[in-house]
Amino acid sequence: MEWLASPTFRTVLLGATLLGAVSGVIGCFALLRRQSLLGDALAHAALPGVCVAFIVTGAKHPLSLLVGAGAAGLCGALFVMLVVRGSRIKEDSALGIVLSVFFGLGVVLLTRIQKMPAGNQSGLDQFLFGQAATLLEGDVIVFSVVGVAVLVVIALLYKELKLLCFDRAFGAILGFPMRGLEVLLTVLLVVVVVIGLSTVGVVLMVASLITPAAAARQWTDRLSRMLLLSALFGAISAAVGVVASASVSKLPTGPSIVIVSSALLLVSVLAAPRRGVLWAALRARRTAHRVRAENLLKDVYRWCERRGDFETFVPLTIVMGMRGEPGRRLYRTRDRLVRRGLLLVDGDQLKLTRQGRREAARMVRRHRLWEVYLVRRLELPADHVHRDAEAMEHALTDELVEELGALLGHPEVDPHGQPIPPREPLTEPTK
Amino acid sequence: MTYEQWVIVAVGACVGAGCALIGAFLVLRKIAMLGDAISHAVLPGIAIAFLLSGSRATLPMVIGAGIFGVLTVVLVGALSRTRRINEDASIGVVFPALFSVGVILISKYAAGVDLDLDCVLFGEIAYSALDTLRVGGASLGPRPLWITGGILLVNLVVVLVFFKELKLTSFDPELAAAIGISPVVMHYVLMSAVSVTVVGSFESVGAILVVAMLIVPPATAYLLTNSLAMMLVLSALCGAASAVGGYAVSAWLDCSVAGAMATVSGLMFVVALVLSPRYGLVAQAWARALLGRRMREQLVLLHLGSASAQHGTAAAELAQRFRWRAAQAERLLGGLERRKQVERVGDGWRLTSYGTEAIERAGKDVLRHADEDGGGAA
Repeated sequence: MEWLASPTFRTVLLGATLLGAVSGVIGCFALLRRQSLLGDALAHAALPGVCVAFIVTGAKHPLSLLVGAGAAGLCGALFVMLVVRGSRIKEDSALGIVLSVFFGLGVVLLTRIQKMPAGNQSGLDQFLFGQAATLLEGDVIVFSVVGVAVLVVIALLYKELKLLCFDRAFGAILGFPMRGLEVLLTVLLVVVVVIGLSTVGVVLMVASLITPAAAARQWTDRLSRMLLLSALFGAISAAVGVVASASVSKLPTGPSIVIVSSALLLVSVLAAPRRGVLWAALRARRTAHRVRAENLLKDVYRWCERRGDFETFVPLTIVMGMRGEPGRRLYRTRDRLVRRGLLLVDGDQLKLTRQGRREAARMVRRHRLWEVYLVRRLELPADHVHRDAEAMEHALTDELVEELGALLGHPEVDPHGQPIPPREPLTEPTK
Repeated sequence: MTYEQWVIVAVGACVGAGCALIGAFLVLRKIAMLGDAISHAVLPGIAIAFLLSGSRATLPMVIGAGIFGVLTVVLVGALSRTRRINEDASIGVVFPALFSVGVILISKYAAGVDLDLDCVLFGEIAYSALDTLRVGGASLGPRPLWITGGILLVNLVVVLVFFKELKLTSFDPELAAAIGISPVVMHYVLMSAVSVTVVGSFESVGAILVVAMLIVPPATAYLLTNSLAMMLVLSALCGAASAVGGYAVSAWLDCSVAGAMATVSGLMFVVALVLSPRYGLVAQAWARALLGRRMREQLVLLHLGSASAQHGTAAAELAQRFRWRAAQAERLLGGLERRKQVERVGDGWRLTSYGTEAIERAGKDVLRHADEDGGGAA
């Protein structure tokens, strides 16, 4: 493991991590402004610039190549703006045109360079797929300076950029030069893309911008936290990717970085608190359980109510027939209610406990009050309101129900003539 | 031209026309970048097919890549349907992930064998004529021509057979769904066609030319017409023309054929962008200038109409009133004089009877337009 300590490796690791963090930050703005694929187009558009810089200077000075790439990327961005603003072509097509035509032009220039006496192809592979392993100390210094500059600009213009992302029109009314900020953000994006190309390459550049940002978005609703998290995700992906590709033979760096960040994104989309897909599924499951439990209590209550007798046990088969729910699911709901002390079970028969009866009466009250409301206030026919009330009874809160009761003048029967249970918990007749 | 050159041009034209036909619907549905995504995301499919079959046979690769092409669409759809990530970002995270898997597979298990990354990405259309299709020992001509010609034919059939379904689901998906044409099914029909097109063209000409031909010629055609059928015809023609023109350029400059074809398609787009009779930048700027002049002329007429007819109004006064340069006011008045709508009186200008009529006409126009707008809204 001595390579871990070697200065070359540390240089590469540092450079890639830094780039990961900076791309993560700038990627947040691209993501929030729904310009995720602009980075992809700009990365491809840089190729002809690199070629022209090489043809003009006749050498592979990193700085002149970066300047060439940046100029071409900027041309591409301006062309996208011109086409989208000035014609009926939509943004997606404009991006695709810049991406493929600029890159095609780049390939043309490249094949010309190969035919030149001084030219050779060695720069191309690096440009396409990135070559983090060849990062030199000088490169890392350039990256650090540029990266820190980008971060400083973002920090200084933080609130203006925030306005640009979330409420452009309001920003314009306040007198901020929103068009100028857009251009500035695009320039920053071009700068980051151009320096990022050397680690991950053209095709994967868009991922090092967008993937950490999309992952960070899942964990928070605050821009400041999202920027920090995205920088962190970008840096972690880059560091892990670099270490992995150094320790496993023939594992290319750029793709390793992207795989790590994609894994982070997957975990975030699934498991981030509140927003995560798994959390949402869990919430939906809980709601479904609650609705089933409330329905079962209510069904037993209504059967007892019709017989005027809450003390005898109700055969489960009758309740089963009322809603046509699968038996297994009904058993599970029943068992949960028994555990909560709301139901008593005797063989295949059910009975509400006192507490269960109170709960059920609360549901029935909600249901019937809502029916009264629909009939009186919205003037729906009485035979149309049951299904709506079936859904609303699970969503109404107690406070709302009491306001509804007051609004309707505390009615005692629902539109079908059935009694509405009173507000107070049922008091057992004293024996 | 030699036989080899004919083959290259023919392959390019088939790719151009075939991609453009199907790409027109990507452009219309605003999912052009999905074409780019698919063209990269099929890489693991190609790699896996290569590793399993151990050869560069076309069929396994087309199947493998086709599976991953559709998988890309499914993943992008699934990710954006969670509503946690919007659609363009979903595209931007899915295809690099799949592409990375492909690059890793190739560099770990297939590097230096027969599957060259550059070749997959850039293809080598220049060698089209050298790759001969042989069936049972008999030579049937260049294999790339068979493949790309087949793709052109398939896309032509898809577009002709599903013309009205594709048209309706592209422009009015709600209506399509209401009358029983599933937009989802048509989406997958289209995406399957794109996948097959990308994969088949890929090997012969490389990814970058496929992306260019999927997007650029249809966008060019979109600037020229409002009719879908016309747009399809123009797209295919532009695609084929870019191939022919691109080959000429590459022969002239001795450079990459695929790159030159993409570049020429871009030039054609720029020409259409600037010069399209209805939607070009020049035509639009001209229309705006014309509208501006008509509005200023009406301002002049109205102003003269409300001013004293005895003494007339000086050009300088108009210029000051509307903040025009003096020369501009003179020019406007000169134009109106030639139409006999104003005349000189002393040092100033006044309306003629034609001028009064012009104001009335303009007023009626305004009222009529307001009427029509009102009617339209109701």
